[in-house]
Order: sequence, then C-alpha cells, then structure tokens
Amino acid sequence: MIDYKEAGLNAADLKEMYRTMLLARKLDERMWLLNRAGKLPFVISCQGQEATQVGAGYALNKEMDVISPYYRDLALVTHFGMTPQETMLSAFAKRGDISSGGKQMPSHFSKKEANILTQGSCVATQLLHAVGASYKFKMDNEERVAVTTLGEGSSNQGDFHEGLNFVGVHNLPFICIIENNKYAISVPVDLQYGAEKLSDRAIGYGMHGDHIDGNDPIAVYKAVKEARQRAISGEGGTLIEAMSTRLTAHSSDDDDSYREKKNREDCLVKFREYLESYDIAEESWFESMEQELKSEINDATKHAEQAPYPDPAETLTNVYEEVNNG
Amino acid sequence: MAKISYLQAIHQALDFEMGQDENVFVLGEDVGKKGGVFKVTEGLQEKYGELRCLDTPLAESNIVGTSIGAAMMGKRPVAEIQFAEYILPATNQILNEAAKIRYRSDGDWDCPMVIRAPFGGGIHGALYHSQSIETVFTSTPGLKVVIPSTPADAKGLLISSIRDNDPVLFFEHKKAYRLLKEEVPEDDYTVPIGKADVKRDGDDITVITYGLCVNYALQAAERLSKDGYEAEVLDLRTVYPLDREAIIKAASKTGKVLLVTEDNLEGSVMSEVSAIIAENCLYDLDAPIMRLAGPDVPSMPYSPPMEDYFMLNPEKIEAKMKEIAEH
Repeated sequence: MIDYKEAGLNAADLKEMYRTMLLARKLDERMWLLNRAGKLPFVISCQGQEATQVGAGYALNKEMDVISPYYRDLALVTHFGMTPQETMLSAFAKRGDISSGGKQMPSHFSKKEANILTQGSCVATQLLHAVGASYKFKMDNEERVAVTTLGEGSSNQGDFHEGLNFVGVHNLPFICIIENNKYAISVPVDLQYGAEKLSDRAIGYGMHGDHIDGNDPIAVYKAVKEARQRAISGEGGTLIEAMSTRLTAHSSDDDDSYREKKNREDCLVKFREYLESYDIAEESWFESMEQELKSEINDATKHAEQAPYPDPAETLTNVYEEVNNG
Repeated sequence: MAKISYLQAIHQALDFEMGQDENVFVLGEDVGKKGGVFKVTEGLQEKYGELRCLDTPLAESNIVGTSIGAAMMGKRPVAEIQFAEYILPATNQILNEAAKIRYRSDGDWDCPMVIRAPFGGGIHGALYHSQSIETVFTSTPGLKVVIPSTPADAKGLLISSIRDNDPVLFFEHKKAYRLLKEEVPEDDYTVPIGKADVKRDGDDITVITYGLCVNYALQAAERLSKDGYEAEVLDLRTVYPLDREAIIKAASKTGKVLLVTEDNLEGSVMSEVSAIIAENCLYDLDAPIMRLAGPDVPSMPYSPPMEDYFMLNPEKIEAKMKEIAEH
C-alpha cells in the first residue's frame, strides 16, 4: 500500500475512510443474514470492493460532483450520503426508500439530494448519463466532475465505448472507474477481453488511463484525486482500472461454485493492518467502531422492518409529471 | 402570419426555444456545421455556438444516453436521430432508461428531453430511410410520442415537447418537410401534447389518422364530398398516450370508422385505436372498423412501382372511405 502522507491524507481521513468501508461491509453482511433468514428477497454485494469505492468517493467533492454508480457501490453511495436507514428501507422495499420508493430491486441507487443519479439494471447505460452530466458541466463552465463506476463486465458494452469516445472528443470532466473484480457473474476475465489491461483502452479514447490496486484505498484516492484535478483543469477524462476483489457470490441467487475461493485479498483486513502498522488506530478504536456501527445498523434494520410498505396504488405514480396520483 | 413549410416550422420552434431558454441545446449527427441532412437545424450553430448545436460522433446510443444525463442535470436537450430507423441502437437508452427515470426514482429525478427523427416513406428511401417505427415506442409508459401533420402543429407541438418535463419522441414525416406549407403563428406558439384534433368536420364517416396521411385523408375527403359523403377527419397528433376521449367521440359521431396509417398493418397504432373503439363504441357502430395501412412486409422497397404499392395516397384512402361510406 502506498504512503498516506504522500497522497495528502492524514490520520483522521484514514479513520473516516475505514469507518465508511466498515459500515458498508457490516450493512452488506446484515442484508445477507436477513436474506438467508427469509426476510429479504435479494441481495447484491459490495464486499471486497469497499476500498475502491471509498478511496474514490473520498477524492471527490460530494457537494459538487455527480456519481452514476452500479449495483455494487454501497460503500460509495454511503460515502455520498445514502444513510443506513435508506439502505435498509430499500432492501425491505418499504415506504421511504429514497432510491425508488420500493419500485426497484435493492442496490439500484438514486438520491438526487446526494448527487447520485438513478440507475437501471442494464449495465454500462449509466456511463452515458454521467458523460451527459459532464457535458453539462463543460457547457456551463462549472468546476464539477461526473463519475461512473462499473464492473469489468460492463467494459464490453457498446455504451462504454460510445461514451468514452465522446469524453475523449470533448475532453469532458469525467472519470470512469472500472472496479475489476475479475468476474462477470461466472465468466472470468480471460473470456471477457483480450487486452492485458482495460486501462490501456484509454489511449484509444484519447484520455488518461490508470491501472491501480483497487484493494488499496489510498492508491485509489490518489488516482481519483489526480483525475479530478485534470478534469476540472480542462485536461479531460480518465479511465481508471482498479483491480479489486469480489468476496461474495454475484448475488444472493448465485452460488459461486464456478470459481476457486482461496487467496482472496480482503481490502478491509488489509486496511486495518495498515492503520495498525502506522499506529493510526488501536484495537480499542476498532472495537468501539464495530459496536457503534452494529448499533446503527440494528436501528436501521428495525426501522425498516417496522416501516409500512408502499400503498399498492403507488404502482401508478410517477409515470409522467402530470400522473403523480395514478 | 407568414406561410412556411413543415421543415421551416420545426426550425422556427428550435430557434425560438434556444433563444428563450439557454438550457435548450441541439445535438446529433451533422446538425451543426451542415445544419442537418435535411437542413432543419441550419444556422443554429452559427447563432448559438458549437456547444449548443453539437455535431456528435456517429453513435446513436451515445446521443440519447448523454442527453438523458444532461436532462437529469437540468438541461433540455433536443437530440436528432438522422433517420428514424437509426434510432434502434438507442432503444435501450430510450425504453429502459429515459422512459423509466421518473418512475424508478419515484419522482426524484426527471428526464426532460426530446428526440426528433424524420420518418416515413414516399421519398425513394427504401428499407432504411422510409420506415414508420413509432410502435417500437407506443407501448412504453413514461414516453410520449408526437407526430405532427401540419406546419403549425409541428411548431406548436415541438415547443410543447421541449417544455415538457418527460421524454418526448417527435417524429417528423420527411415527405412533409417541403410538401406542406401554411400560415404558422410567429414567436411563441404551443399545441398541447396528448390532444387529437378534428381537421375536418363530417357526419357520414370518420377517418382517424396521423402524420402525412392526414393531408392525404383531407384530399380524399374533398373528393368523396362530390359523391355526397362528408368525412370527419381526426388527427391523433400524439400517438402515445392516445387521446381516448377524442377517439371515442369521433367514432361515435358517425358510426363508420376508417383507421389509416402508413405503418405496417399488424400491431400498428391503429390496432390500439381499434381496441379503444371496440371497447367503447360498439353500440354506436354501423359498420365494422376498417383499417388501411402498409402491407405486412419488412419495409418499403426502393423500386418506384413497389414503393407506390406500399405507400398510401389520396386515391387509396378515398377508395376505402367510399367502401365504408357505402357499407
């Protein structure tokens, strides 16, 4: 892992980053338990990718920048302002789900107030929306950046290519982060692309490319910070390939018997060891953090379980502006 | 009021909206320096700059997808797809994304954008420059699909579409571009989306249609008048969502209904119009509902006799009108 001081971070930053990573991990683990207990129909995980997501989020300006995430980005959206209670309301499909009012599956994040664009399930579509947002920032001369995150599977889609080509043409303030966890559900990278590195494609799009360790939040922070600086200086977009790890099966409906499970690096364990080795936090801090977050997640879960479902008639709302009441 | 063409009316609407709202911008293939392959956007880049009248790379999904993103951020993009059939690579962005932005975010986000595309045949465009593709989009709630039949409606409906806070597909009949001319109100002029329009009063039969076929039906109605039959002509103007009230009223008025579309017969907009009439007007009908449409072949052929065979014209419509009038 790279030196945090070199990246311009201090001890308080690292502790905050760890806290968000842990919060997302614990939320995710809780949702799996609730799924296996028959209380949630579906879970799709961020586990193993928290370092990439929090490192990236921390390098952005969450008041100004816009993110167009994908379904694994629980840690990123949590950093941007999705609360544990909102996450649980969405998981239970209850009233108050800010992402969709119970209309979408969980992990289809959306929250306008927190600059999180709404996303569908068809992968890579969200990239074009962030590119469109970055075109708006260029038109209006705003010091803002639009960011898309996606899996390496999405890098095969036409929208991925079309959007990055457009970013290159106009030097848009845009960052694409590929969270390369090496599997598109069951399909390994050697059946997904022939390139050695996906970040090499940046050359073809006329933009900067970076290939980084996605299990190191500090390395991700540094790369995204630099990408953001280039973006707001008119130097165009960046394609970042963060080599990452998917610790769970694709989703709660997948058994990942198709892959070996040994030698998988857990970014959370690695980051904790790093913090301990630099004497940034002690055992007691980690313990109190576990307790604090556990209680926050207990509260969020209880609140969501007790919350009412949407009214059935809400099926008919928000189709058009003028049809908000069915 | 000046007499202008259907194409000039569309240009005027774009110019007016770009002039009064700086969030409105135009993007598409060849729309900038060239002013569009049909010249609809001519001069707009000179007037409003390269960023607001943008020549995009040749990639339709990108045109639509980036428009969605800009629209979510408060812009009002007007995307041009050069020919309607070229919209198909962008259908995922239209059907799965634009149409669902408001619904899937429970009203937190919206997507105020317009996609313009020239459609329709009779211009020697063959399979890939002649199609009517509206039915790809007319069963997706969240979208609005507008097809104007006159220069004044084209201007008024386009301004309404740009100001609408939901995604609107705006199909312009390319044969109408220079064929149709009329007096069009200058400056600010709107026509409501979702409202059909009675283009001709008559008590004997009802013709319901849209697009260039409105003009053909009106010509046919004048000829039929000499035989003593007066036709009511209802122009749908918005083909999705349909103006059910106007359809029911027009069908009930005469009890003899002819539905006309240049699209293929099966599964056309007229299939839904027919269902609305069947459900609501059974006891007012004096004849079976009749449909006149293109044949069920993949698309319009190139060679003139085959193109004529496919295309509707006033003669074909008049013959069918007479048949139902005499029923």
